[in-house]
Amino acid sequence: MSAQIFHDGEADRAYRARFWLGRGAVYAVLIFWAIICLFPIYWTATTSFKMAPNVMKGNMIPWVDYDPSWIGWKSLGLSPDTIGAESTVRAEFLKRFANSAITALVSSTLAVVLGSLAAYGLSRFSYRFAWMKNDDIGFFFLSQLILPPVVLALPFLVLYKELALLDSRIGLILLYTLTVLPIVVWIMRDQFASIPTELEEAALVDGLSIWGAFLTIILPIALPGMVAAFILSLVLTWNEYFFAALLTSTHANTLPVMVASQTGSQGISWWSMAALSFAAILPLIVIGVVLERYIIKGMAAGAVK
Amino acid sequence: MSGDLLHVVTNDDISDGRRRFGRFIIWGSAAVLAAVAAAQSAQLAGWTDFGFSNWRPTLYAYVLWSICVCWAQVLIRGEQGKRVLFVLPAALFVVSLTVFPLLFGLVIAFSDWNLSSPNGRQFNGLDNLRQMWSDPFYWNALLNMVWYVIAILVEYAIAFGLALALNAQIRARKFFRVAFLLPLMLSPVAVSWMIGKSMLELRFGPISRFLRWLGWENPSFFGDPVTAKITIMLMDAWTYIPFMMIMILAGLQAIPKELNEAAKVDGATGWKSFWEVTFPLMLPVSITAILIRIIFKLKLADVVINVTSGGPGGATDTVTSFIFREYRDRSNVGYGTLLAMVYLVLIVIFMTVLMKLSARWTRPQT
Repeated sequence: MSAQIFHDGEADRAYRARFWLGRGAVYAVLIFWAIICLFPIYWTATTSFKMAPNVMKGNMIPWVDYDPSWIGWKSLGLSPDTIGAESTVRAEFLKRFANSAITALVSSTLAVVLGSLAAYGLSRFSYRFAWMKNDDIGFFFLSQLILPPVVLALPFLVLYKELALLDSRIGLILLYTLTVLPIVVWIMRDQFASIPTELEEAALVDGLSIWGAFLTIILPIALPGMVAAFILSLVLTWNEYFFAALLTSTHANTLPVMVASQTGSQGISWWSMAALSFAAILPLIVIGVVLERYIIKGMAAGAVK
Repeated sequence: MSGDLLHVVTNDDISDGRRRFGRFIIWGSAAVLAAVAAAQSAQLAGWTDFGFSNWRPTLYAYVLWSICVCWAQVLIRGEQGKRVLFVLPAALFVVSLTVFPLLFGLVIAFSDWNLSSPNGRQFNGLDNLRQMWSDPFYWNALLNMVWYVIAILVEYAIAFGLALALNAQIRARKFFRVAFLLPLMLSPVAVSWMIGKSMLELRFGPISRFLRWLGWENPSFFGDPVTAKITIMLMDAWTYIPFMMIMILAGLQAIPKELNEAAKVDGATGWKSFWEVTFPLMLPVSITAILIRIIFKLKLADVVINVTSGGPGGATDTVTSFIFREYRDRSNVGYGTLLAMVYLVLIVIFMTVLMKLSARWTRPQT
């Protein structure tokens, strides 16, 4: 190679340097924050494989610092050598897991169905219930978001006791549906507002009823928004702790309640707590990684008008 | 109906018989509901015994009535009724699950009701209110909420910075987005063990180790009130910063590129173009994000209940966690409900003022 003949001017080189400096700073910030976000998850996952001395020495990297063993998962009955055997802990864990899954799935579905219908109606027709017009009805739905759970908790405790709904999945499902409904209405109202009404008009001219047009024409178009709303509801209901802690005791406990009841006792072994916590968050990590697009879409709805 | 976005002309041909049937099922089911409720009340009062073991029959009658009301809309009003059917189920659901319990809560709030005592509910007038007035822990919890809400400003600044970094031209954007989103997905209870109990553990926790390595001799996160509060704030921020970040990121992506380019042509440096172009354009999104964040923050409880249970000396208590403990320790429903009701009133006033103010700020300035 011969010597370079053409050089950047002095001013350009300074600019390049600044550009790379800024670039480096952006990446530094991003990587720093990524570590902050991911390290606790990494720590929990690895701790579930650590024996007591490894925990105390603060070893971090498996196979380098310490030899991973299935110790945490064995205590849950989920390690390779215990998976075939009987395990009361595993039975307990699976029961809680099933409770969480059922309540979260059913209440999210219910909320998406009720919320989408309401949002569609509000975006297409004008209503008048007593003194309330469309905007008031919409605000009524959204205002439920402000209602703190603690206000409803104790009245519901008493009501459920009278209705024999205490410690039942149905009771939790009803409350969870209520808490995520405003979010669904919020996302879906945005979604329907962006669909032109000409579509239904054409369908109505072709002889479909309102409900037929809604079900066959509009729903497929609004599906991505519904998925976004569904997943957001799923995340919120899966993680809900407050109502579950108050309203359930033995049968309908969800996973967060189980995790919390284990943290309360002192001297709990770290590896089994880590395994339990990790098992509780794993489904959501999977959802977060796979369906990230929808979650972001759902949260961005309404942010940008 | 005028004002519909969707104009439909339909000729409804509803016979008188159908109308009558519609009215009949509404009133019929209402009568059933009233009869069942009356029978149950009678049993409660001890007049007769129908053998009810709980209030389920009334609940079923109520559900039946709700279904009949929805169905009758179509029967009586035809096409118009089918439209009402979009909103009515959700509205009925919300009304029956919030308005009724709230009214019931008002009754409880003014009574002395220990669920484990055999006396049952006793109306005690304003005693609860008086007790609240002289309950330093409740006021302390309210004050803490103020601090927690103020911390949102810091969270907002961090979230904005991260959103800007994500919006820059970078590689592996998807990886960073997923990584930044993950904390939001984790259950606060698991987080309170993962971070609050294990990573912040004083002897073995990696964070304490790291801080010791940095030179802090005896890191204690929940020892004194101020650090404890800050630690809780940090943990809560860790979970919810992604939420604000994503809303702000969506706002940033909606800003047309031309605006920043124009600013650059006009000679604005990066800093200046941020403050004079990007930030003002982001104001509406920012305010929405902060308002929603405040709403979520006012419900903060899980982390506090599981990590500190309000300690040390109530320094980290939120209103929700305080009422939760109040109920757990004394199982007195009445006092707890009153505290919650007062909290609700305060929140509604606060949020209304805040929304009015923000509407004024974001109004286009001429």
